[in-house]
Amino acid sequence: MQETLISFEHFTFQYRAQSEPTLYDINLTINKGERVIIVGASGCGKSTLAHCLNGLIPYSYPGHSEGKLSVCGIEAKNSSIFELSQFVGTVLQDTDGQFIGMTVLEDIAFSLENDCVPKEEMLDRTREEALKVHLLDKMKASPHELSGGQKQRVSMAGVLINRIPVLLFDEPLANLDPAAGKAAVELIDEIQKKSDTTVIIIEHRLEDALHMGADRIILMEDGRIICDTTPSVLFAGDRLLKAGIREPLYITAMKYAGIDLKPEMKLQRIQELELTKEIKDGIRSWYYNQSPPRKAEKSANLLSVDELSFGYTEEKMNLNRIGFTVRNGEMISIVGKNGAGKSTLAKLLCGFEKSDSGSITLKGKEISEDTIKERAQFIGYVMQNPNQMISKPMIFDEVALSLRVRKLSEEDITERVHRVLKKCGLYEFRKWPVSALSYGQKKRVTIASILVQEPEILILDEPTAGQDFRHYTEFMEFLKELNGHGITVMMITHDMHLMLEYTERTFVFADGEMIADTTPSALFSNRELIGRASLKETSLFWIAEQAEIPAEQFIEKFIAYDRQVRN
Amino acid sequence: MGKNQLSIKSIVAIGIGAALFFVLGRFVAIPSPIPNTTINIQYAILGLFGVIFGPVVGVLAGLIGHILIDLSWGSPWWSWIIASAVYGLIIGFSSKYVKVEEGSFGKKEIIGFNVCQIIGHAAAWIVVAPVLDILIYSEPVNKVFAQGAFAAISNIVSTAIVGTILLAAYAKTRTGAGSLKKED
Amino acid sequence: MAAILSYIERESVIHKLTGTTKLIFFIFWSIAAMVTYDTRVLIVMFFTGCLLFYVSRLKWTEIRFALIFMFVLMAINMVGIFLFSPEQGVEIYQTRHVLIHLFWRYTVTIEQLFYMFNFMMKYMAVIPVALLFILATNPSEFAASLAGIGVNYRIAYAVAIALRYIPDVQKDFREISQAQQARGIDLSKKDSFMDRMKNSSAILFPLVLASLHRIEVISNAMELRGFGKMKKRTWIVGRKLSARDYIALVMAVMTVVFSMVVTFYDGSRFYNPFL
Ligand SMILES: Nc1ncnc2c1ncn2[C@@H]1O[C@H](COP(=O)(O)OP(=O)(O)OP(=O)(O)O)[C@@H](O)[C@H]1O
Ligand SMILES: Nc1ncnc2c1ncn2[C@@H]1O[C@H](COP(=O)(O)OP(=O)(O)OP(=O)(O)O)[C@@H](O)[C@H]1O
Ligand SMILES: [Mg+2]
Ligand SMILES: [Mg+2]
Repeated sequence: MQETLISFEHFTFQYRAQSEPTLYDINLTINKGERVIIVGASGCGKSTLAHCLNGLIPYSYPGHSEGKLSVCGIEAKNSSIFELSQFVGTVLQDTDGQFIGMTVLEDIAFSLENDCVPKEEMLDRTREEALKVHLLDKMKASPHELSGGQKQRVSMAGVLINRIPVLLFDEPLANLDPAAGKAAVELIDEIQKKSDTTVIIIEHRLEDALHMGADRIILMEDGRIICDTTPSVLFAGDRLLKAGIREPLYITAMKYAGIDLKPEMKLQRIQELELTKEIKDGIRSWYYNQSPPRKAEKSANLLSVDELSFGYTEEKMNLNRIGFTVRNGEMISIVGKNGAGKSTLAKLLCGFEKSDSGSITLKGKEISEDTIKERAQFIGYVMQNPNQMISKPMIFDEVALSLRVRKLSEEDITERVHRVLKKCGLYEFRKWPVSALSYGQKKRVTIASILVQEPEILILDEPTAGQDFRHYTEFMEFLKELNGHGITVMMITHDMHLMLEYTERTFVFADGEMIADTTPSALFSNRELIGRASLKETSLFWIAEQAEIPAEQFIEKFIAYDRQVRN
Repeated sequence: MGKNQLSIKSIVAIGIGAALFFVLGRFVAIPSPIPNTTINIQYAILGLFGVIFGPVVGVLAGLIGHILIDLSWGSPWWSWIIASAVYGLIIGFSSKYVKVEEGSFGKKEIIGFNVCQIIGHAAAWIVVAPVLDILIYSEPVNKVFAQGAFAAISNIVSTAIVGTILLAAYAKTRTGAGSLKKED
Repeated sequence: MAAILSYIERESVIHKLTGTTKLIFFIFWSIAAMVTYDTRVLIVMFFTGCLLFYVSRLKWTEIRFALIFMFVLMAINMVGIFLFSPEQGVEIYQTRHVLIHLFWRYTVTIEQLFYMFNFMMKYMAVIPVALLFILATNPSEFAASLAGIGVNYRIAYAVAIALRYIPDVQKDFREISQAQQARGIDLSKKDSFMDRMKNSSAILFPLVLASLHRIEVISNAMELRGFGKMKKRTWIVGRKLSARDYIALVMAVMTVVFSMVVTFYDGSRFYNPFL
């Protein structure tokens, strides 16, 4: 008999500012020791569900709820956030907001301090916890000395220290590089196994989260749970795709190859999946039936960078002698470890920071001495966080801002803004306040406000982080279209499949060095490079290897076919 | 939680408010011709925090922020620190009249905010700062009042412009109860 | 960007004192310097402060920037005082020894010079101790020390948050203003006053929104980890006072008493060598 820890019965919740409920009639039980992954399109209510569990709803976000919710035998309605936090430990997505202490030591001890635990005991317990998450040598480090993955582990230690029965993660992987994400998932797995904790993970990167194995996947759509079953059953059907969620790539590949997937095939984890001869043959014959995709021809040089070096402080160089050339109309990805200097490179190109040495040449003209404003006419940079760019409350005004600065006539402005808004799928919203938009839509507003300046090169910093598959596809197709109109696109990303799918060239960064300039598929045939840059292969490689066909061509064909199917 | 205890949100608002005050006051000061005074946009932000979070956050964010600025230069000048806190306190009281949280920011709110900020700056720079300068440092009366009057005027002007623009923009991002609807 | 004074790790007696001790010492020292205008007291305090600074093993090159800044500030202030009130010294000390007449109402008197010297010393007397407090106290200990002197721990924690998030806010501000510059909005340009104010709101607005969002995230995180659960709270970086600390505290108390006694012995805040 399993012990039930969490149970929702006909639970409905409505935020005070909303005119309709965000969660409808939720029925869900989670037992002790289970591992559950929650997926669903952006805005479907996943975080809202999580907040109900840890008590932030209704204590921090007021609203109206109906039905029953009990957590570890306690009626959530009659409880307090303090009581609930003894049962449910939450690791939030925002690693900086959550790192409250001045140093790792203080942050891990934070909840013990609040419990008035004496100092000696605190020191022992924090040390013990730091050991578990492999941070013992970083106890005195402050947050800005840590990588994204390390901060994530500090947050975990800070929650684990209370020996909590339920661990809740809201998008733990969003900002981590592939290898750090994998390490984080493995750590969660290890902790779960040791202590029999119940683990609930909300994540858009389903395949990465599945690396640790899951007992159940809960699929949400528009505030309802539409599916609650084992991964294998879910993958054998097509509900994920219908809900706009990306399936693990190995599943998609098998489906394309016409293989009839059945729940008994252990589809839940690639490590457990057994490729029978039949499946391998299926994949092989699909592969030989696809014609290879066409390659684009080369064009003129647009931007070249030579021996570029830069350090934020004098002690440490953050970029070392970077050099590359970008041709007109290319679509390039920049990948690599957290903190490798990818965003820094973008800032140097746009003139946000001044390089210490080296040159940047645009269309044959040296631009190192040009101001931010002068470069902005040619190079548009869309930053990682849209909130840092949006400076007007209304969408129209936001996009019109740079035109108004240039003192164009109001008619010209309206015409150009409308054109860009239509291109970005935001025309219907032109009279809305920016605050009413979702994160992904905000990101598109920032792109619109850059596009309106008609740059020739567009640099995007992690355009798809935290976005669901449907919006992701929409968005990337839009970029592809822009690229087709002759805009050169460079994007920084941690998503390996995105890199494979949309870019023909990739720059690989590690610790301030550019260690490769290659094609995405060639990158993956170089194990050493992958390790150094903290990257990870996609499961398509594994499939190709198993089926004994050339991985590079297999992936190229997969992508071409995938695009046909989706459009 | 006790009624008269600071909520966690207020504590964090004090901390972040002070950090903002510090960063703006330390790095974005535009110098002016009169000694010891600069055109300070940090008071516009402090005003905004006062209006949103109330007088306790206003007074403490101003106090802590200003102490940190002074310490980062080397030594505190207490009379002006206290004046900043007084301004934060007074502008915080305007939260009773200016309800931006609900998304309305019309003529009434603009006037309410500006009357409060004028009173706040006047009390801080024309009364508190000079009087303390005289008491603590025995500085000449005419010097401290001239200095205070200049500070008051420049702060009032910058808060009136920047503070009002910010509040109006902020109010537009707020949404009233039950007001969000999906429409095409 | 100007250099900022912040904690410098070093092996010294001063560094070993608890934050609480240094805070109390600094507060008492400031009070003493605020109350007194007695030249003798101020000079003693200044040199004791310098001695302590020497003991702390901090180097003067590490504070050169701050000293230059304070020196300039002081100089401007002195000029201001002289311009506005050349007879302030005469008024205070009740005698008038003219050194040289400049022009119009401006005459240099010994009393004025002496008054300005005292004014300067009053500021200088605090500087070494203030610098010690800033440079020799680990910021982690700030909040714990505030709580140590009886400040409500919630307010003490607000200070900790301010210190923790200053670098983040600074980074936000930089990135936001860079992004706005890329769209043609500039603070540094010689625009009219009105335009400059408007432009600064374009930068401040995203900063405000980002900060409000940050407040929400941090307070949620703190709430979830039980902040404010109890009436009290312990601090992992807090330290117990040792003998060394008590000696320092006694010194601080003695400074205040000494300065009060010497200052008010003759019933006036000022030491008057002219009578
Ligand atoms: N504090 C709030 N007040 C009012 N409405 C809110 C609030 N927070 C979220 N919502 C609304 O509730 C809906 C669900 O939001 P939620 O954050 O749960 O989505 P999510 O599934 O976690 O999405 P994502 O994957 O983008 O994080 C959204 O439409 C959002 O507009
Ligand atoms: N403003 C700054 N001041 C000082 N150091 C900085 C600053 N911004 C970034 N750094 C440091 O520079 C290095 C490179 O940072 P950058 O943001 O370019 O990394 P990244 O490759 O974009 O990483 P991620 O994948 O996590 O976004 C990091 O070590 C970071 O700590
Ligand atoms: Mg969410
Ligand atoms: Mg980055």
